[in-house]
Amino acid sequence: MTQAFDAAAQQALLESRGQMALELARRLGADACEVGASVDQGVGVSVREGEVETVELSRDQGIAVTVYVGRRKGSASSTDAGEASIRAVVEKAISIACHTGEDPASGLADAQLMARELPDLDVHHPWDLTTDQAIELALACESAGRCRPGIMSSDGASLSSGEGVRVYANSHGFLGSQRGSRHSLSCMLIAQDEGGMQRDYDYTSARHPRDLLTPEQVGESAAERTLRRLGAGRPATGRMPVLFDPTLAGGLVGSLMGAIAGGALYRQASFLCDRLGDALFPEWFSLQERPMERGAMASSPFDGDGVQTRDNVFIEKGRLASYMLSAYSARRLGMQTTANAGGARNLRIDAPLATRDELIARMERGVLVTELMGQGVNAVTGDYSRGAAGFWVEDGRIQHPVEEFTIAGNLEAMFRGLSGVGSDTDTRGSIHTGSWLIDEMTVAGS
Amino acid sequence: MTASRPSLLDEAESVLLTPGGLTLDDLDLGLGHALGPGIDYADLYFQRSWHEGWVLEDGEVKEASYNIDGGVGVRSLSGEKTGFAYSNQITADALAETGRTASGIVRSGSGLAVAPRVVVQGEARYGGVDPLTGLSAEEKIALLKEADRVARAADPAVSQVSASLTGVHEVVLVRASDGTLAADIRPLVRFNVSVIVVRNGRRERGSAGGGGRYPMARLRDEGVAERFAKEAVRQALVNLEAIDAPAGQLPVVLAPGWPGILLHEAVGHGLEGDFNRKGSSAFAGRMGQRVAAKGVTVVDDATLVDRRGSMTIDDEGTPGQYTPLIEDGILTGYMQDKLNARLMGMAPTGNARRESFAHLPMPRMTNTVMLAGQHDPADILRSVKRGLYAVSFGGGQVDITSGKFVFSASEAYLVEDGRITAPVKGATLIGNGPEAMGRVSMIGHDMELDTGIGVCGKEGQGVPVGVGQPTLKLDELTVGGTAS
Repeated sequence: MTQAFDAAAQQALLESRGQMALELARRLGADACEVGASVDQGVGVSVREGEVETVELSRDQGIAVTVYVGRRKGSASSTDAGEASIRAVVEKAISIACHTGEDPASGLADAQLMARELPDLDVHHPWDLTTDQAIELALACESAGRCRPGIMSSDGASLSSGEGVRVYANSHGFLGSQRGSRHSLSCMLIAQDEGGMQRDYDYTSARHPRDLLTPEQVGESAAERTLRRLGAGRPATGRMPVLFDPTLAGGLVGSLMGAIAGGALYRQASFLCDRLGDALFPEWFSLQERPMERGAMASSPFDGDGVQTRDNVFIEKGRLASYMLSAYSARRLGMQTTANAGGARNLRIDAPLATRDELIARMERGVLVTELMGQGVNAVTGDYSRGAAGFWVEDGRIQHPVEEFTIAGNLEAMFRGLSGVGSDTDTRGSIHTGSWLIDEMTVAGS
Repeated sequence: MTASRPSLLDEAESVLLTPGGLTLDDLDLGLGHALGPGIDYADLYFQRSWHEGWVLEDGEVKEASYNIDGGVGVRSLSGEKTGFAYSNQITADALAETGRTASGIVRSGSGLAVAPRVVVQGEARYGGVDPLTGLSAEEKIALLKEADRVARAADPAVSQVSASLTGVHEVVLVRASDGTLAADIRPLVRFNVSVIVVRNGRRERGSAGGGGRYPMARLRDEGVAERFAKEAVRQALVNLEAIDAPAGQLPVVLAPGWPGILLHEAVGHGLEGDFNRKGSSAFAGRMGQRVAAKGVTVVDDATLVDRRGSMTIDDEGTPGQYTPLIEDGILTGYMQDKLNARLMGMAPTGNARRESFAHLPMPRMTNTVMLAGQHDPADILRSVKRGLYAVSFGGGQVDITSGKFVFSASEAYLVEDGRITAPVKGATLIGNGPEAMGRVSMIGHDMELDTGIGVCGKEGQGVPVGVGQPTLKLDELTVGGTAS
């Protein structure tokens, strides 16, 4: 039932379509042009209460063209990468560039920065999986969670597996392409007691199927996470330490990266404008980017401008050592690109690590937060206020679950108040970090 | 505004089917592929959309983009099972391949014949127009530059202005095995202004925007550039003066209009049919019971003319409807698509929506509104000894199972002894949906709809929605500030 996906053929096709778009843009009068194209294919199955719920076959493609006419820019894109569509897209991009205003910072990244080393980074591991096998794995996962005493019902288990090809080419003559794969398995369960229903989930995700947790591990962990939420009370209102679990600590890293991204800086929409060199974190904390790490989630030898990626150090011994810049945002700021067009690739923490129990003991009294809700992060001021659920900690030990409270502070104070990083590193995404202990935030509960 | 129905179908046919060599008559054959053994319902959803966006920064429109999207999504249902495949090619071959894939979800059972065609005609809730064509490129740029000029002239503290103008022209066609044949042309436009103000080293942001299902020219005719520019600056200047928000449980008064996002999160999602069929909603099994204070009446209304969340037909071809959800505090209705309605023995309510042909439809909100009450808004504020008055919100989220919801205020004030005093920094409010609805103690007579900015996300799919409500008092909600 799965459709065949010939990655090599797709790659060759996209590369030729990219070249076609560049050539067409040149003929139609563009001074410079860049093209991104992609094809992704996958299967997704979900089961619920022991029955198949959905089977979904996906195949997405797209092509995006940006042309420069002098210092004017125009962009157009389509989900159809056929020849006729490419012509329409290029023509539209050029017609837009006739109307936009001049932008002295516009244009491709400098030609000498284009990536020359394009090694295979071991990120393409397709899974030869039939739909029936996918269903079996999802059922096994759900069943491992559902059979736990106290689990009332399942909100479903899902398996998705996909692979794709991405091509970026520009009129400097650069052409980079990359194949990749991603597989994931997740399970969401519901438990109930006299206080009402609670729901939680867990998942595993990897480039290579062999790196996934087993269906049983995911199902059991989802059950564990759901059951431990039952009987939640509300924490007291006050100022206290807050321990962010690894996934949520990754979100704090994400907020930092958003604030040092060139786009936010030149728009003055960041609380970290003009702060290069300042001590933002304790001096024992460093944050690095490893874009060429083999097999990692966000690895790539070239960025969204075609620039050769390199290891960056964003936080060095607590200080803001570098912004995160693309060619365009760098020009706007009068700086050099850090090869981060498209974002950061594989962020890694360099800090002394403590076990989670040590961090809990160290916080003495406070909350361990395992879920955050809402969008209450103000990137302009750093003000932070979000809904939360987790566990009450007292006498250095977890006491009981808590919910329906908020945690609030300011990101700058939170970064400065980082007082420990856990060894419980979450390696599922492109940001790898353990728990973060923040010395003091305002908790609003009962 | 009454588009002639046959011409809607003719236009959909010529836009969606003709280029791939298909006609409306060929769809029965296409549907046949999706109706394999054991399949009890199948549908084809054809869509083509043209999206245009213009962005102003630094006083100049430096960026504009254009996107063309389209294809067909094929769905086969068997009991609670769904098979789904899609293609960005609309050809006979693509219909055969996606149909066979979707119907492969079950491989045995009796086959079903496609029911004879029944053209579904929803009453038009907006004009079937291409909203992108009414203004020239020069006029679109002029509109954005006007917003920049007005914002910068409004106050010397304004340091950055960005403005955007976006529009989508969308043509859809639905053909289902129950006979449904329906087409829709859906315009959607939006204008947005965002400013940064800097004073004494302090930096704040303000934003305003709106739009609906009408031509871009109407944005110009209604003077949105000036209105939203002034509003964004006003909000940013208020935030420059904001003090730390209080932390703890307080009475909260919500301003009319966009704060209706509270209903969307606290009540709306919990009343979507899928969550109730599966029993995963905090509102499951509570039909006919009291779920909100007396006086609280909430409806989902797809029939409002030209609104962002309105639907002439939904994405399964069911006409958009006015659906009471809570009447005088009693739960009276769920929002349904065909699948969940059938499994629950209820009628579809025209709430089936999908982000695109490449996504499965689900029960979703359209425009979710709390109807007006009796109170004078001034009396509502006067009744508060110490609390929060929340005027604008950034966004919200809900856990439909535990009922916990949050929403983040982007403009709020302290209320002391019945008077609005100082502005406070944005804070997240958190509560439990059914509990919060029970604490609604005063409802204003000033029902307002939002300006047309909402995007609702569910299972990774975004769709445009509207909200509305009168001034509202909740006796207690947890406010996530930092002040002790």
